[in-house]
Amino acid sequence: MEFCPSVKNILLLDSEGNRVAVKYYSDDWPTNSSKEAFEKAVFTKTQKTNARAEAEITMFDNNIVIYKFAQDLHFFVTGGDDENELIISTVLQGFFDAVGLLLRDNVDKKEALENLDLILLCLDEIVDGGIILETDANVIAGKVATHSMDSGAPLSEQTISQALATAREHLTRSLLR
Amino acid sequence: MNSKTDVYRANAIRVLCRITDGTLLTQIERYLKQAIVDKNPVVASAALVSGIHLLQIRQNDRLAVSKLVTSLTKGSVRSPLAQCLLIRYTSQVIRESSMNSQTGDRPFYDYLEGCLRHKSEMVIFEAAKAITELSGVTSRELTPAITVLQLFLSSSKPVLRFAAVRTLNKVAMTHPMAVTTCNIDMESLISDQNRSIATLAITTLLKTGNESGVDRLMKQITSFMSDIADEFKIVVVDAIRSLCLKFPLKFRTLMNFLSSILREEGGFEYKKAIVDSIVTIITDIPDAKESGLLHLCEFIEDCEFTYLSTQILHFLGIEGPKTSDPSKYIRYIYNRVILENATVRASAVSTLAKFGAMVDSLKPRIFVLLRRCLYDNDDEVRDRATLYLNTIGGDGSVIETDKAVKEFLFGSLDLPLANLETSLKNYEPSEEPFDISSVSKAVKSQPFAEKKAAAKKTTGLGAPPAGPTSTADTYEKILLSIPEFSTFGKLFKSSAPVELTESETEYEVNVVKHIFDKHVVFQFNCTNTIAEQLLENVTVVVDASEAEEFEEVATKPLKSLPYGTPGQTFVAFEKPEGVPAVGKFTNVLRFIVKEVVDPSTGEAEDDGVEDEYQLEEFEVVAADYMLKVGVSNFRNAWESLGPDFERVDEYGLGPRESLKEAVSAVINLLGMQPCEGTEVVAANSRSHTCLLSGVYIGNVKVAVRLSFGVDSAKEVAMKLAVRSEDEAVSDAIHELVAN
Repeated sequence: MEFCPSVKNILLLDSEGNRVAVKYYSDDWPTNSSKEAFEKAVFTKTQKTNARAEAEITMFDNNIVIYKFAQDLHFFVTGGDDENELIISTVLQGFFDAVGLLLRDNVDKKEALENLDLILLCLDEIVDGGIILETDANVIAGKVATHSMDSGAPLSEQTISQALATAREHLTRSLLR
Repeated sequence: MNSKTDVYRANAIRVLCRITDGTLLTQIERYLKQAIVDKNPVVASAALVSGIHLLQIRQNDRLAVSKLVTSLTKGSVRSPLAQCLLIRYTSQVIRESSMNSQTGDRPFYDYLEGCLRHKSEMVIFEAAKAITELSGVTSRELTPAITVLQLFLSSSKPVLRFAAVRTLNKVAMTHPMAVTTCNIDMESLISDQNRSIATLAITTLLKTGNESGVDRLMKQITSFMSDIADEFKIVVVDAIRSLCLKFPLKFRTLMNFLSSILREEGGFEYKKAIVDSIVTIITDIPDAKESGLLHLCEFIEDCEFTYLSTQILHFLGIEGPKTSDPSKYIRYIYNRVILENATVRASAVSTLAKFGAMVDSLKPRIFVLLRRCLYDNDDEVRDRATLYLNTIGGDGSVIETDKAVKEFLFGSLDLPLANLETSLKNYEPSEEPFDISSVSKAVKSQPFAEKKAAAKKTTGLGAPPAGPTSTADTYEKILLSIPEFSTFGKLFKSSAPVELTESETEYEVNVVKHIFDKHVVFQFNCTNTIAEQLLENVTVVVDASEAEEFEEVATKPLKSLPYGTPGQTFVAFEKPEGVPAVGKFTNVLRFIVKEVVDPSTGEAEDDGVEDEYQLEEFEVVAADYMLKVGVSNFRNAWESLGPDFERVDEYGLGPRESLKEAVSAVINLLGMQPCEGTEVVAANSRSHTCLLSGVYIGNVKVAVRLSFGVDSAKEVAMKLAVRSEDEAVSDAIHELVAN
């Protein structure tokens, strides 16, 4: 477990340092206020740098923060200070590119908020509890897209009888096991 | 979970594992196992990761890891991430195997080197990092790693540059010579857009640079300092300090640099780092004293930080009078009395007094200034002025300042402040005046809890390490509160806890040895690690048949020992007064064990069974009678003890792992306090001198001078010179080593 390449959090903030989507995987920041303080601090520390073409990197409170900006969105990935910088950078790149694919290259705050579900799913597909699952942007975006383009109708549009039938089917299957 | 769509299966597993608990685990285990061997990698990895979260799989099985590494390093792993993980396992295996076999080639080094030619940068870097972190890495092994890191330095990606320069920076601490080949690339990084990279480059250069390059380097840094943040500046200042100590001849350039940045804007931490650096340089390089002190004086003329002002004033008071022209500092100091707040004024008064006491020619002038301070509007300042005027004879006549006064003004308070604080709190106002000599001088042994905390990595740059809490005082309080032991008198020393069980056994026990004049008390700290048991009437039966001079006098059992909360039981022995009696003790933990009915309330059955548990034996050794008491000036202490009871002898210590290991072994054996930082052995040195001081039982001061030498076969020889106030004690110390 302790050897696994891992990240501590993934942040997506707007150009004023407010949250768009964040995920924490370590207990370094136990409370919401400490999380917000961390986001604020990281944002102020990095906002003056130019991280548009290439991802930039900084050390912060014994953490490595790698970040990249696109329009009014700021992407951050944090890892422990003995983590391989290039791994964190790969995670960031995967996240960044996957979001680009999902938002069809309209990477800005408005588009991100409208597709917040996709972005959150995207985070879940990249990392599970700090352990990196996937870093290839195409694979990530592919998996997220299958979720959203569900062949079955959404739950709310099913009739009661349909829903009951499905439930019964599930129940019998589990009983017969 | 049985869906045909792979993505559903994978996600179902992840969700299920998140919401499941221990009782359901067995039911889903079969599905997980099935999923791990699923042909779709997404499903398999989801199952694996979930499994890790669920079970927190531990890597305790060294053999298995070793086997895994052996088989995988031969084959090929596709994903770069997996390759990185494999490199980490490999370096763990190397670490563990090198502990066992000292000589020979490292296993798997070839594999790491091969990874340096991998096509993914991630793997290359991971391998290079692993090589640089190998313990006792040779320069031959380092070279290929340094070469790839050097390539990274000129990469267009900031992340790569940062990763490379950070690793090189770490290497520079241990193998500065290996990094010098990268110096040219590193110099171009000073102007890097990314300030983190620039700072790391500079500090690395400062570590590896040679004497001739210092001037050029300093020029580059000066222009760079203005546009980086305070925390980076502190790093640079620290690096400059160590550079200055390395090349004492260059102190002028470096001192000028420090003083110029001292005048610029900056926060408290930054200024403190600069002041600390200047102070270190002044203490270590005598030539730098005069200019350094003047820089400090100029700084306090315009310093907004009270703490720094008082620190500098105190330092001036010690160093100032020893310079060629002490009078020039008086103006700066007296300015503080006129211009500053009460705290700074008070310390300025103390400093003035020190000048007055040390420099007779200045005395009349100092008195004039001190008398003016009598009308200060702060009482502390007035008090100090009055006190000093009286102690150094302020009646106008120029008299020789006698030794006692000097002692009072300059003698350092050689008590740990925390001890003094507790003693003062315990003191009740009465006819009897407070006696400072009754305050325990024992340097606190490291508390148990702190050790655990130290094992956990401290997070956060600014988080200060927890200050040592006063174990000795707590021990003393606990012991005095027990009526059986209250007559034993003053506690001389408490040892560090000695573990009597393996960790993670049913009952964990460690012992603390408390030494009194005529008695020894063993405090057994017991922890019950079985949730289903409640222990009652816990005692430790101590067999002292191998410790002839000891006689058991009292036992204090522990009434109940519930799960998880540590408790103490005590056994006291009588021994001849003032004699450092030694012996070996074998121990058995005896108790009544009761089944716990309800774990949440800790309620237990009424009937218990008597049981025993074998503990490891421990010894009372002569080092237990030695108090660690440091002296600030070893030479003085050595001279003052005189050669009357000096005992010198030479010993062969046989082949040792390293000189460092031999030195620390002897220090531990003697249980004395290393002085003046002599416990640190320079890497690769062939000889070392270590200075130790301590107080032996019966309040006998002891000073020890150890000279070590090591030959090519790692045979260590030692010359031990002991001085003490008592001939018998000097001999006793030699006996300690001889055995």
